[in-house]
Amino acid sequence: MKKWWWKILCIALLVYTILAGLLWNNVPRLPQLQETIRNLYFHVCMWFAMMVLFTCSVVHAVKYLRNNNLRSDILSRQYAVMGIVFGVLGYATGAIWATFTWADPNLPASESFSAIARDPKLIGAAIALLIYGAYLVLRDSIQDMDKKARIAAVYNVFAFAFLFPSIWIIPRLLPSLHPGAPDGEGGNPALNFKDLAPQMRFVFYPAIVGWSLLGVWIATLKVRMNFIKEKNLLHEA
Amino acid sequence: MNSLKQIWALFQKDLLLEMRQSYTFYGILLYVGATIFVLYMAITEPEHRVWNGLFWVIQLFICINAVAKSFLQESRGRMLYFQSLVSAQNFVLAKLLFNTLLMLLMSALSLFLFVLFFGNPVLRTLPFIGIVLLGGWSLSLVFSFLAAIAAKAQQNAAIMAILGFPLIIPQLLMLMQVSNSFFTNVQIPVANTVLLLALIDVFVIVLSAILFPFLWKD
Repeated sequence: MKKWWWKILCIALLVYTILAGLLWNNVPRLPQLQETIRNLYFHVCMWFAMMVLFTCSVVHAVKYLRNNNLRSDILSRQYAVMGIVFGVLGYATGAIWATFTWADPNLPASESFSAIARDPKLIGAAIALLIYGAYLVLRDSIQDMDKKARIAAVYNVFAFAFLFPSIWIIPRLLPSLHPGAPDGEGGNPALNFKDLAPQMRFVFYPAIVGWSLLGVWIATLKVRMNFIKEKNLLHEA
Repeated sequence: MNSLKQIWALFQKDLLLEMRQSYTFYGILLYVGATIFVLYMAITEPEHRVWNGLFWVIQLFICINAVAKSFLQESRGRMLYFQSLVSAQNFVLAKLLFNTLLMLLMSALSLFLFVLFFGNPVLRTLPFIGIVLLGGWSLSLVFSFLAAIAAKAQQNAAIMAILGFPLIIPQLLMLMQVSNSFFTNVQIPVANTVLLLALIDVFVIVLSAILFPFLWKD
């Protein structure tokens, strides 16, 4: 019970998210958004989960640099991979949403893309995915186990230290389509929580926790698999 | 005091090496010249936004090529020798200093060539030169550290590009925005962005000094 209570919590929250998110008749009907506003419980939560996973990854990278334990390295890598998966899911859910809201219905979808892709939040997410893609390439290009772990951890810390400022700075440089940017200038790095209808928070906050827990759960499964695979190298425990 | 001496000595060593093996230096000079000449063949009289965009992208490529070899040229044996003599922080700071100097030189040169080939659309020249030098410094700092990572991973300059391009995007955006404002006579406040750029540079120096020791030990 001590170890798996959060998995039950995760399932409960996600079941609640999907049921209440899709069925509960409490969302405001806004022009242009209409029912698509329910995507908030999925799309935005993917990004939260991604940031949680990348943060876990960098924490374990720092741990590795301090204790040189290959376990931390495996943890760091698997969290990064799951972060990328959630980032891709965030893009996918965002693309569906944009199709119904931002895309010009009179043009083919591909022509709206170049206008939408310049959005600061899309750039921030692209930076995050490119960084962690590069992290994986760098890691796999090195043969020696310890060296691989050390160099990858150094890059992980360096890149993460850049990621947060960029997510914070870029929205202030470019106009955005996302909400939270008054008259398209001086945007906000995340969502402007004041804009959110109060009754939607009853689903939104649990959804964030639920999706983040799901990401962590999948990552821990992969970590355990890798611990077994690399049993011979992780001799100490 | 002692560490300042060490940094200075390492910096002098790099400078001396550069002068003795001058082919690398001339190699970069040729790279700058050839790239801008190819660009000149490809495009005529670019509009000022295009001029600006091309200028910074060229800076990016020049920086990768100028800075890449700074750690690659050190052989394993020589690195071990340095390890017994100086601290990791001093070593990386000396490298940053040297690459800064190199990149400032290359930035100035490429600006000169750009003006020569593509004309000078800049209306406020002095602040523009300032931002070009600041930009060259920012680029050289970030890519110096990535060069250290690439050298340790025994990889070439290509990995520096994939490691560095996503990281440099915010700084490039800020540099382009600031420099764009010097193409008009309208006074657009840029002090905050310039300050932020300088802060990021300091941040990179601190981060390099903290992280480089982990890269160094074998």
